[in-house]
Amino acid sequence: MKRPRILIVDDSSVMRKIVERSLRQAGLELGDIVEAGNGIEALAAVKAGAFDLILSDINMPAMDGLEFLRQLGTVEGGKGTPVVMITTEGSESRVVEALSIGAKGYIRKPFTPDQIKERVTPLLEVLR
Amino acid sequence: MNPALDSKVQNSVRPDSSWPSLIQVGAKEVFQIMLQSELTDLPDAESQTVTGEVSAMVGLAGALCGVMSIRCGEHTAEKMAGRMLGSVGKVDPNDVPDAIAEICNMVAGNFKSKVTQLAENCLLSVPTVVRGEDYEMLAVSDGEQITVGLAYEGAPVWFCLAVHS
Repeated sequence: MKRPRILIVDDSSVMRKIVERSLRQAGLELGDIVEAGNGIEALAAVKAGAFDLILSDINMPAMDGLEFLRQLGTVEGGKGTPVVMITTEGSESRVVEALSIGAKGYIRKPFTPDQIKERVTPLLEVLR
Repeated sequence: MNPALDSKVQNSVRPDSSWPSLIQVGAKEVFQIMLQSELTDLPDAESQTVTGEVSAMVGLAGALCGVMSIRCGEHTAEKMAGRMLGSVGKVDPNDVPDAIAEICNMVAGNFKSKVTQLAENCLLSVPTVVRGEDYEMLAVSDGEQITVGLAYEGAPVWFCLAVHS
Protein backbone atom coordinates (compact mmCIF):
# COMPACT_ATOMS: atom_id res chain seq x y z
CA MET A 1 0.00 0.00 0.00
CA LYS A 2 1.20 3.47 -0.83
CA ARG A 3 1.91 5.46 2.31
CA PRO A 4 -0.48 8.41 2.14
CA ARG A 5 0.79 11.96 2.03
CA ILE A 6 -1.38 14.06 4.33
CA LEU A 7 -1.90 17.81 4.76
CA ILE A 8 -3.15 19.12 8.12
CA VAL A 9 -4.57 22.67 8.00
CA ASP A 10 -5.26 24.51 11.26
CA ASP A 11 -4.25 27.90 12.64
CA SER A 12 -3.45 26.21 15.95
CA SER A 13 -0.06 24.49 15.92
CA VAL A 14 -1.16 22.53 18.99
CA MET A 15 -4.20 21.22 17.15
CA ARG A 16 -2.05 20.25 14.16
CA LYS A 17 0.19 18.24 16.50
CA ILE A 18 -2.84 16.59 18.12
CA VAL A 19 -4.32 15.62 14.75
CA GLU A 20 -0.96 14.15 13.66
CA ARG A 21 -0.64 12.25 16.95
CA SER A 22 -4.21 10.96 16.55
CA LEU A 23 -3.41 9.70 13.05
CA ARG A 24 -0.33 7.89 14.36
CA GLN A 25 -2.24 6.49 17.36
CA ALA A 26 -4.82 5.14 14.94
CA GLY A 27 -2.15 2.78 13.65
CA LEU A 28 -2.36 4.06 10.09
CA GLU A 29 0.66 3.71 7.84
CA LEU A 30 1.54 7.28 7.02
CA GLY A 31 3.81 8.97 4.53
CA ASP A 32 4.74 12.66 4.68
CA ILE A 33 2.65 14.83 6.95
CA VAL A 34 2.70 18.51 6.00
CA GLU A 35 1.20 21.35 8.06
CA ALA A 36 -0.39 24.65 7.00
CA GLY A 37 -1.71 27.45 9.22
CA ASN A 38 -4.54 28.66 6.98
CA GLY A 39 -6.13 28.20 3.57
CA ILE A 40 -3.57 30.32 1.73
CA GLU A 41 -0.66 28.29 3.08
CA ALA A 42 -2.59 25.10 2.33
CA LEU A 43 -3.14 26.05 -1.32
CA ALA A 44 0.58 26.80 -1.63
CA ALA A 45 1.39 23.40 -0.13
CA VAL A 46 -0.92 21.66 -2.63
CA LYS A 47 0.68 23.51 -5.54
CA ALA A 48 4.05 22.27 -4.30
CA GLY A 49 2.93 18.65 -4.26
CA ALA A 50 -0.36 16.75 -4.29
CA PHE A 51 -1.76 15.04 -1.18
CA ASP A 52 -3.72 11.86 -0.68
CA LEU A 53 -5.81 13.36 2.12
CA ILE A 54 -6.37 16.80 3.64
CA LEU A 55 -7.69 17.44 7.15
CA SER A 56 -8.75 21.08 7.52
CA ASP A 57 -10.15 23.31 10.22
CA ILE A 58 -13.00 25.60 9.13
CA ASN A 59 -12.53 28.67 11.30
CA MET A 60 -9.13 30.17 10.42
CA PRO A 61 -7.77 33.67 9.76
CA ALA A 62 -6.61 34.85 6.31
CA MET A 63 -8.52 32.13 4.44
CA ASP A 64 -10.97 29.83 6.20
CA GLY A 65 -11.50 26.16 5.50
CA LEU A 66 -14.60 26.66 3.35
CA GLU A 67 -12.86 29.10 1.00
CA PHE A 68 -9.85 26.78 0.86
CA LEU A 69 -12.19 23.96 -0.13
CA ARG A 70 -13.77 26.11 -2.86
CA GLN A 71 -10.37 26.99 -4.33
CA LEU A 72 -8.76 23.56 -3.92
CA GLY A 73 -10.22 22.18 -7.15
CA THR A 74 -8.77 25.07 -9.17
CA VAL A 75 -5.22 24.36 -8.04
CA GLU A 76 -2.99 21.92 -9.87
CA GLY A 77 -2.92 18.70 -7.87
CA GLY A 78 -5.89 19.71 -5.76
CA LYS A 79 -8.84 18.43 -7.74
CA GLY A 80 -10.27 15.21 -6.35
CA THR A 81 -8.20 15.27 -3.15
CA PRO A 82 -10.40 14.03 -0.31
CA VAL A 83 -10.87 16.65 2.41
CA VAL A 84 -12.19 16.06 5.93
CA MET A 85 -13.20 19.17 7.84
CA ILE A 86 -12.39 19.51 11.52
CA THR A 87 -14.53 22.05 13.31
CA THR A 88 -15.68 23.40 16.65
CA GLU A 89 -18.79 24.71 14.94
CA GLY A 90 -22.05 23.26 16.22
CA SER A 91 -23.69 24.63 13.09
CA GLU A 92 -25.15 21.97 10.83
CA SER A 93 -25.47 24.53 8.04
CA ARG A 94 -21.70 25.12 7.89
CA VAL A 95 -21.10 21.38 7.85
CA VAL A 96 -23.70 20.95 5.11
CA GLU A 97 -22.05 23.79 3.18
CA ALA A 98 -18.67 22.07 3.49
CA LEU A 99 -20.10 18.77 2.28
CA SER A 100 -21.91 20.50 -0.59
CA ILE A 101 -18.66 22.01 -1.89
CA GLY A 102 -16.78 18.75 -1.79
CA ALA A 103 -15.75 17.77 1.74
CA LYS A 104 -15.81 14.01 2.22
CA GLY A 105 -16.67 14.20 5.90
CA TYR A 106 -16.22 16.16 9.08
CA ILE A 107 -14.97 15.70 12.62
CA ARG A 108 -16.22 17.82 15.46
CA LYS A 109 -13.81 19.11 18.11
CA PRO A 110 -13.33 17.82 20.75
CA PHE A 111 -12.53 14.49 19.12
CA THR A 112 -10.95 11.17 20.05
CA PRO A 113 -8.27 9.35 18.01
CA ASP A 114 -10.92 6.72 17.24
CA GLN A 115 -13.12 9.33 15.60
CA ILE A 116 -10.20 10.42 13.40
CA LYS A 117 -9.54 6.79 12.46
CA GLU A 118 -13.21 6.19 11.68
CA ARG A 119 -13.37 9.11 9.23
CA VAL A 120 -9.95 8.74 7.67
CA THR A 121 -9.56 4.99 7.18
CA PRO A 122 -12.21 4.57 4.44
CA LEU A 123 -10.68 7.45 2.49
CA LEU A 124 -7.23 5.87 2.67
CA GLU A 125 -8.51 2.39 1.78
CA VAL A 126 -8.89 3.49 -1.84
CA LEU A 127 -5.11 3.91 -2.04
CA ARG A 128 -4.63 0.19 -1.54
CA MET B 1 -22.75 44.12 9.09
CA ASN B 2 -21.61 40.77 7.76
CA PRO B 3 -24.52 39.55 5.58
CA ALA B 4 -24.01 36.04 6.96
CA LEU B 5 -24.92 37.40 10.39
CA ASP B 6 -28.00 39.43 9.39
CA SER B 7 -30.51 36.62 9.70
CA LYS B 8 -28.83 35.22 12.80
CA VAL B 9 -29.13 38.53 14.66
CA GLN B 10 -32.89 38.46 14.06
CA ASN B 11 -33.08 35.39 16.32
CA SER B 12 -31.46 37.02 19.33
CA VAL B 13 -31.03 34.69 22.31
CA ARG B 14 -30.78 35.73 25.96
CA PRO B 15 -29.01 33.78 28.71
CA ASP B 16 -31.14 31.62 30.96
CA SER B 17 -30.61 29.79 34.23
CA SER B 18 -29.43 26.61 32.49
CA TRP B 19 -26.39 28.26 30.89
CA PRO B 20 -23.96 28.01 33.83
CA SER B 21 -24.45 24.25 33.98
CA LEU B 22 -24.19 23.98 30.17
CA ILE B 23 -20.86 25.83 30.27
CA GLN B 24 -19.72 23.55 33.09
CA VAL B 25 -20.73 20.37 31.26
CA GLY B 26 -19.22 21.65 28.01
CA ALA B 27 -15.90 22.43 29.71
CA LYS B 28 -15.78 19.07 31.48
CA GLU B 29 -16.40 17.23 28.20
CA VAL B 30 -13.56 19.07 26.46
CA PHE B 31 -11.15 18.17 29.28
CA GLN B 32 -12.28 14.54 29.35
CA ILE B 33 -11.88 14.07 25.60
CA MET B 34 -8.87 16.23 24.74
CA LEU B 35 -6.87 16.07 27.99
CA GLN B 36 -8.16 12.75 29.35
CA SER B 37 -8.52 14.67 32.62
CA GLU B 38 -11.35 15.61 34.91
CA LEU B 39 -12.31 19.13 35.89
CA THR B 40 -13.69 19.04 39.42
CA ASP B 41 -15.83 21.41 41.42
CA LEU B 42 -14.02 24.41 42.86
CA PRO B 43 -14.92 24.83 46.54
CA ASP B 44 -16.32 28.30 47.35
CA ALA B 45 -16.03 29.35 43.71
CA GLU B 46 -18.63 32.09 44.24
CA SER B 47 -16.53 33.82 46.87
CA GLN B 48 -13.26 33.70 44.94
CA THR B 49 -11.87 36.39 42.66
CA VAL B 50 -11.23 35.47 39.04
CA THR B 51 -7.46 35.67 38.61
CA GLY B 52 -4.74 34.02 36.56
CA GLU B 53 -1.88 34.97 34.27
CA VAL B 54 -3.18 33.25 31.15
CA SER B 55 -6.49 34.07 29.48
CA ALA B 56 -7.95 33.08 26.15
CA MET B 57 -11.06 34.59 24.58
CA VAL B 58 -13.35 33.71 21.73
CA GLY B 59 -15.92 36.16 20.37
CA LEU B 60 -19.49 35.14 19.62
CA ALA B 61 -21.59 36.99 17.06
CA GLY B 62 -25.09 36.58 15.71
CA ALA B 63 -28.00 35.54 17.90
CA LEU B 64 -25.67 35.98 20.86
CA CYS B 65 -23.00 38.69 20.98
CA GLY B 66 -20.34 38.33 23.60
CA VAL B 67 -17.07 36.75 24.64
CA MET B 68 -16.30 33.32 26.10
CA SER B 69 -13.07 33.31 28.07
CA ILE B 70 -10.95 30.91 30.09
CA ARG B 71 -8.49 32.13 32.73
CA CYS B 72 -6.00 30.26 34.87
CA GLY B 73 -2.52 30.44 36.37
CA GLU B 74 0.62 29.99 34.28
CA HIS B 75 1.57 26.71 35.92
CA THR B 76 -1.93 25.32 35.43
CA ALA B 77 -1.88 26.43 31.79
CA GLU B 78 1.45 24.64 31.29
CA LYS B 79 0.07 21.46 32.83
CA MET B 80 -3.06 21.62 30.68
CA ALA B 81 -1.01 22.19 27.50
CA GLY B 82 1.34 19.34 28.37
CA ARG B 83 -1.54 17.00 29.01
CA MET B 84 -3.28 18.00 25.80
CA LEU B 85 -0.13 17.33 23.78
CA GLY B 86 0.76 14.15 25.64
CA SER B 87 4.14 15.74 26.47
CA VAL B 88 6.57 14.03 28.76
CA GLY B 89 8.56 16.60 30.73
CA LYS B 90 8.49 20.33 30.15
CA VAL B 91 6.11 21.61 27.51
CA ASP B 92 7.30 24.00 24.78
CA PRO B 93 6.39 27.50 26.10
CA ASN B 94 5.18 28.47 22.64
CA ASP B 95 2.53 25.76 22.83
CA VAL B 96 0.96 27.02 26.06
CA PRO B 97 -1.04 30.01 24.73
CA ASP B 98 -2.01 28.05 21.65
CA ALA B 99 -3.33 25.16 23.74
CA ILE B 100 -5.33 27.42 26.05
CA ALA B 101 -6.77 29.24 23.03
CA GLU B 102 -7.84 25.95 21.51
CA ILE B 103 -9.42 24.78 24.77
CA CYS B 104 -11.38 28.05 24.93
CA ASN B 105 -12.44 27.61 21.32
CA MET B 106 -13.69 24.09 21.97
CA VAL B 107 -15.51 25.04 25.18
CA ALA B 108 -17.25 27.90 23.32
CA GLY B 109 -18.16 25.60 20.43
CA ASN B 110 -19.34 22.84 22.73
CA PHE B 111 -21.48 25.25 24.76
CA LYS B 112 -22.94 26.73 21.57
CA SER B 113 -23.91 23.29 20.29
CA LYS B 114 -25.82 22.62 23.53
CA VAL B 115 -28.08 25.67 23.10
CA THR B 116 -30.41 24.77 20.26
CA GLN B 117 -31.09 28.38 19.23
CA LEU B 118 -27.36 29.17 19.09
CA ALA B 119 -26.04 26.20 17.16
CA GLU B 120 -27.23 27.58 13.81
CA ASN B 121 -27.32 31.26 14.64
CA CYS B 122 -24.03 32.15 16.23
CA LEU B 123 -20.51 32.30 14.81
CA LEU B 124 -17.23 32.06 16.69
CA SER B 125 -14.19 34.25 16.14
CA VAL B 126 -10.65 32.95 16.12
CA PRO B 127 -9.28 32.97 19.70
CA THR B 128 -7.14 35.66 21.33
CA VAL B 129 -4.74 35.06 24.21
CA VAL B 130 -3.76 37.55 26.91
CA ARG B 131 -0.84 36.94 29.28
CA GLY B 132 -0.39 38.86 32.53
CA GLU B 133 -2.40 39.07 35.71
CA ASP B 134 -2.94 42.75 36.27
CA TYR B 135 -6.21 43.22 34.44
CA GLU B 136 -9.88 42.69 35.07
CA MET B 137 -12.65 41.63 32.69
CA LEU B 138 -15.64 43.96 33.06
CA ALA B 139 -19.04 43.19 31.64
CA VAL B 140 -20.50 46.00 29.54
CA SER B 141 -22.97 48.04 31.56
CA ASP B 142 -26.07 46.61 29.93
CA GLY B 143 -24.72 43.11 29.55
CA GLU B 144 -24.63 39.97 31.66
CA GLN B 145 -21.73 37.83 32.80
CA ILE B 146 -21.81 34.15 33.71
CA THR B 147 -18.75 32.90 35.61
CA VAL B 148 -18.08 29.22 36.24
CA GLY B 149 -15.17 28.24 38.46
CA LEU B 150 -13.80 24.70 38.23
CA ALA B 151 -10.57 23.05 39.39
CA TYR B 152 -7.87 21.34 37.35
CA GLU B 153 -5.61 19.29 39.61
CA GLY B 154 -6.75 21.46 42.50
CA ALA B 155 -6.04 24.82 40.85
CA PRO B 156 -8.81 27.17 39.70
CA VAL B 157 -9.79 27.47 36.06
CA TRP B 158 -12.39 30.13 35.26
CA PHE B 159 -14.83 30.06 32.38
CA CYS B 160 -16.66 33.34 31.77
CA LEU B 161 -19.33 34.22 29.25
CA ALA B 162 -19.84 37.98 28.92
CA VAL B 163 -22.99 38.71 26.94
CA HIS B 164 -23.76 42.04 25.30
CA SER B 165 -27.37 43.13 25.31
